[in-house]
Amino acid sequence: MAEMARLFWLIPLIPAASFLILLVFGRKLPKTWISLQACLSVLASFVLSLASFGELLKTAPSSLPLVKTLFSWISAGRFSADLSFHFDPLTAVMTLVVTGVGFLIHAYSVGYMARDRSYARYFALLNLFTFAMLLLVMASNMVLLFVGWEGVGLCSYLLISFWFEKPAAAAAGQKAFLVNRIGDAGFLMGLLFLFLFVGSTEFRAIDQAALGGGLSQGAATLVCLLLFIGACGKSAQIPLYVWLPDAMEGPTPVSALIHAATMVTAGVYMVSRMHSLYSLSPAALQVVAVVGAVTAVYAATMALVQNDIKRVLAYSTISQLGFMFIGCGVGAYAAGMFHLTTHAFFKSLLFLAAGSVLHALSGEQDLRKMGGLRRYLPWTYSTFLIGAMAIAGVPFLSGFFSKDAILSRAFAAGQTLVWAAGLLAAVLTAFYMFRLVLLTFHGRERLETEAKKHLHESPPVMTLPLALLALFSLAAGALGLPAVLGPHLDRFFRFLAPVFPVAQEGPVSPGTEWALILASVAAALAGIGAALLFYGREPKIPAWLVHRFPRLYKALLNKYYVDEFYGLVIVNPLLRGSEAVYRHFDLKIIDGGVNGAGRLATLAGKALNSLQTGRLKDYALGLLAGLVLILGALLL
Amino acid sequence: MIPLNWFLALSAVLFVLGVVAFFVKRDLITMFLAVEVMLNAANLAFLTFAKKQGLLAGQVIVFFVITVAAAEAAIGLAIILLVFRRRKTIRAEGADEMKG
Repeated sequence: MAEMARLFWLIPLIPAASFLILLVFGRKLPKTWISLQACLSVLASFVLSLASFGELLKTAPSSLPLVKTLFSWISAGRFSADLSFHFDPLTAVMTLVVTGVGFLIHAYSVGYMARDRSYARYFALLNLFTFAMLLLVMASNMVLLFVGWEGVGLCSYLLISFWFEKPAAAAAGQKAFLVNRIGDAGFLMGLLFLFLFVGSTEFRAIDQAALGGGLSQGAATLVCLLLFIGACGKSAQIPLYVWLPDAMEGPTPVSALIHAATMVTAGVYMVSRMHSLYSLSPAALQVVAVVGAVTAVYAATMALVQNDIKRVLAYSTISQLGFMFIGCGVGAYAAGMFHLTTHAFFKSLLFLAAGSVLHALSGEQDLRKMGGLRRYLPWTYSTFLIGAMAIAGVPFLSGFFSKDAILSRAFAAGQTLVWAAGLLAAVLTAFYMFRLVLLTFHGRERLETEAKKHLHESPPVMTLPLALLALFSLAAGALGLPAVLGPHLDRFFRFLAPVFPVAQEGPVSPGTEWALILASVAAALAGIGAALLFYGREPKIPAWLVHRFPRLYKALLNKYYVDEFYGLVIVNPLLRGSEAVYRHFDLKIIDGGVNGAGRLATLAGKALNSLQTGRLKDYALGLLAGLVLILGALLL
Repeated sequence: MIPLNWFLALSAVLFVLGVVAFFVKRDLITMFLAVEVMLNAANLAFLTFAKKQGLLAGQVIVFFVITVAAAEAAIGLAIILLVFRRRKTIRAEGADEMKG
């Protein structure tokens, strides 16, 4: 095993190799081969991650992180960057999540995409994504991290518009790409300033500079805020969240892998990775916490009224990412990572189960045309219910512990407002999740007759991943129990201690902690109770509320008109400006210049053309005239 | 002894005759002969100057000109033959297919 663990740098390269094979030979390979190769390559990465993780447990914290430099990649003056991978507890958590959840989603996709025409392209892209994401989390410097960062963005674009014949899918892909460009501009500027201040982009050098006091607080704030713009783009926070709901146009397993479990958490990972820098700047941390808290509540309110099963989950993802940023913002990076991990389990479970519903209903996504499905889809129903309970924060499930860890740390850090916002978001989360469960699986059947004919439970290749993810969603909370339940039960946090010193997480008295836990329980139960009341017992209440507050309802349904607002304030002026430039500069000056040059040549040719008469004597006359001219010139 | 300038005058007269003949005559053979006359006028001028300057270079150039003239005769006559085959006449006017 020890030998295997030295090969940790192979973890990202295995899916990359599989991608290359599928890219070149994909069209010719049989489907069975494609499925096996794509899944097994990710499984191999997962096994290797496990082995490296095992090795990490035995390694002394002082010799961390393990680094493997493959070669010097860029060397230009003072600037240099290596192609090098590193492995420490934070990376271990991320690689295990990416390859573990990624493998289950690959396996699920075998069933979900079975009848798709572009089967090989799908798996090639999925492998490419896995490679890019692993590159992102294993890079040992910011430049290589940025390569992975852009790589996952590219795959996200390609997979959102996977069904590119559909105009909505193509537009959604473009939107995701463009919105992410805005974030990436900030990220790049942060990167440049970071290099300017630190002189290196290696994480170890950054940590040393930050801890050694080589950085002023203002410099750290500037870099952190710029990098956080990038994180906002990738992790769909206010104001750059608008692309994520539209990204649901992609295949559902893609939504589960990229837009729930892994890629969108890249921002959280990046902030955690740069924690020594963020900890230098209270202002930047405050911004992170506030943006996270506002996003958590804001996105949850939009999830309340959406009628598309996947969009509800998309807003829920945005909201949960907000939770993770709350964790980072109050300095509880480990708690943020814990929520990232549990969220990867239950949110990918929810997406995959939703995919199973779509699969059963021949692609129907509208909640108003579902209902009563629990009789037909028992596996999907029970796993979805577990996922919903986990995210809603039902006690003893994974989401409960991770959310509570964040909220209690926020409270302990004195951020009472942030804590209250998080609690409100938790109530809303519980409510909209159970609204989703009740509308989809309970109540009256509102199916269309055509959809009902093909109604069937998904094949085992799809339900097995669901069952496994449900198991993780149930049990993952046991990795990081709060201190009041026992002294040594926070294994997750102790594992991450070499990266995030425990001292950052402020102490809370047992009494306060119990009170906070009770508040979390109350929030979850209140949300679930309200949902049961609204959509089970008294279905008249939602209708009455809509009738009573029509403006609010419309604003929520239309996502606060933010897309329209951006369209009016940013997109339209840009389009108009570009059109004006096109009309006046491109068409007139550039095209005019180019066409003018051509026209000049034509005119000159036409003028000279008349000299070439084809008559011998004219030419002879020309020769004679030339002779006379030369002679005359010589004589004079 | 005849003064050398007379040779130059003869050369000039021959050349002008060649030019005039080239422009006045219509059939290609005569025009071709006019060109030969011009070439020989040039030869005469070269020889005259060679004599005057006491240099061999002028005489050498004459051999070159004679060689060129021979080659020109071969190619020119061949062209005229082809023109005749194509147009059934060797008149120069109207042969303007190479117009741009």
